[in-house]
Amino acid sequence: MAAGPSPLTAWLTTAEPQSRTQARVGHAYQSFRRLARNPTAMAGLVIVGLLVFVAAFAPLLATHSPIASGDLRTERLLPPGPVFWLGTDDQARDIYSRLLYGSRLTLAVVILVSIIATPIGLAIGTVSGYFGGWLDRVLMRITDIFLAFPRLVLALAFVAALGPGIENAIIAIAITAWPPYARLARAETLTIRNSDFIHAVRLQGGSSLRILLKHIVPLCLSSVTVRVTLDMAGIILTAAGLGFLGLGAQPPTPEWGTMIAQGRRFLMDQWWVAAVPGIAIFVVSLGFNLLGDGLRDALDPKASR
Amino acid sequence: MSLDPGLTVEALPERRGRAALGFAGGVAGFLLTLAITLFGLVVVTFVIGRVVPIDPVLAVVGDRASAATYQRVRAEMGLDLPLIEQFRVYLVKAVTGDFGRSVLTTNPVIEDIRTYFPATIELATLGTLIGTLIGVPLGVFAAVRSGSVLDQIVRIVGLVGYSVPIFWLGLMALLLFYAKLDWVAGPGRLDIAYDYLVTPVTGLLLVDSLMQGQLDVFWNAISHIVLPAALLGYFSLAYISRMTRALLLNELAQEYVVTARIKGLSEARVIWRHALRNAAVPLLTVVVLSYATLLEGSVLTETVFSWPGIGSYITSSLQNADMNAVLGGTLVVGAAFVTLNLVSDLLYRLLDPRTR
Repeated sequence: MAAGPSPLTAWLTTAEPQSRTQARVGHAYQSFRRLARNPTAMAGLVIVGLLVFVAAFAPLLATHSPIASGDLRTERLLPPGPVFWLGTDDQARDIYSRLLYGSRLTLAVVILVSIIATPIGLAIGTVSGYFGGWLDRVLMRITDIFLAFPRLVLALAFVAALGPGIENAIIAIAITAWPPYARLARAETLTIRNSDFIHAVRLQGGSSLRILLKHIVPLCLSSVTVRVTLDMAGIILTAAGLGFLGLGAQPPTPEWGTMIAQGRRFLMDQWWVAAVPGIAIFVVSLGFNLLGDGLRDALDPKASR
Repeated sequence: MSLDPGLTVEALPERRGRAALGFAGGVAGFLLTLAITLFGLVVVTFVIGRVVPIDPVLAVVGDRASAATYQRVRAEMGLDLPLIEQFRVYLVKAVTGDFGRSVLTTNPVIEDIRTYFPATIELATLGTLIGTLIGVPLGVFAAVRSGSVLDQIVRIVGLVGYSVPIFWLGLMALLLFYAKLDWVAGPGRLDIAYDYLVTPVTGLLLVDSLMQGQLDVFWNAISHIVLPAALLGYFSLAYISRMTRALLLNELAQEYVVTARIKGLSEARVIWRHALRNAAVPLLTVVVLSYATLLEGSVLTETVFSWPGIGSYITSSLQNADMNAVLGGTLVVGAAFVTLNLVSDLLYRLLDPRTR
């Protein structure tokens, strides 16, 4: 340690934490330090942070309404300028404001899909790995079947059946997203389930449910979190693809994929209408990919290459 | 299209461990898994077909039909049978390739698929070819000069490939290379002037036109396919180069590489003949997986380039609530995807002696 670390740093980095909270906070701090050493991961974190910020303060940052049309005679399809920073679309709406509000949808899709798919994957994977036997074989067979499915085409068919809309798109993506988490959670559970501390809990009379929820799931969380983060770009791209095909969010919702589909008709002359939302999707996906790579290296050194 | 980041090197040893059954056992296990997975696919499409809010009987008879007609048609379509019986009928039809008639084209769906699928195969094959021919050497150089500028470039190419929406990149490519620069032909498979000049034999336009000696058609087809194929090729390249790099880095860390170097073999020989050869089998599975992903990803690309393939067929049917066509198309693309996916697994087991 260099000359006199501050008391806070000392508290965070001590090798002998006095409480469970201190150990947890200290561990999080160490992980963050490892992440912070990785400039591309930090770039990813900044992009994701910016997305959250923009989504939270969209009404304050927006200069126009994202949905109400402007003057259709004079303000249609304007190029980027001082009034409309990123130009206007065919309904004379400000693309910049629509982009800001669209970030809310992107964030909502990512969060909701993770919230639905992660618990399913965790439950199936940990139960499968912990109990083993025929239950393991059946559950893993189902997982393998879903893993072998084409995700986009299935999501398409699901949305076609349920009807277009952002909610159904989220459900469709979540249904196809969980299998990798189940496989991962199972693999982790297999390495944990015969540990001494699990035996100790069992000898103390801890039920299987308690062991799974309190001891196995928390240890699976970090690797599953990394995997979920890495998948978020894919989730965003699939949702945008569904929007582009007219199956996700419906107009006039400012969803980025839908915006590209609308701008497509004016591609040859007013290219910015389609180009700008695409850049937004690209930047945000890139952010999640960079962050995911960095998290994998920081939290899960085994898996990094 | 989202390339699955889970298909990484770490996933491969797991496959290796799954079964060490020998040749016959491997093939039998493969066929069993294939059958179960395809059955699962049929179940899922059946369930999807059941939850559709559109009443299929009304779609046929219209809303002015009498109750008697409605009941008759309902019985004809087998919708009065118990669900399990309906599924049995559906399963038999799916296996024999009878997906019903498309409302949109009025052809049997299977005939439509026969017309459209070759265009998709042509596109995906060319894309995979581009991706492999460029991606493998790129990955090799990135691994050999790990940390160099070239390695960084390969990493960026990969990251962009995993992050960019394919349909948007397609639109931008059309804008630049077709509208602004006029280097390539626009959307579609051929200029209208060349339509119907070639009799479809294989359905692959490039092959058919060459076989019939229609060189001008061939070159026109090339100028149409080059942009979408390059686009798919880029996504394939992003995945293949990243995997090649990782696989080769694994091999270069092995002791036999040191031995080969100590023996005085040239570096090129060590890399291309020894290390790459040992990475060849997992690499083959990577290429097959990438091919499967391109078949699926063609749904978005084909829409952008008005490419008359199965992807366009599915999406245009979707927009017209033509569920027979949607489910038939999904089943065929799904079956192709599942089969390729599992074949890559089988190849791994059969070709790599270490898995026996």
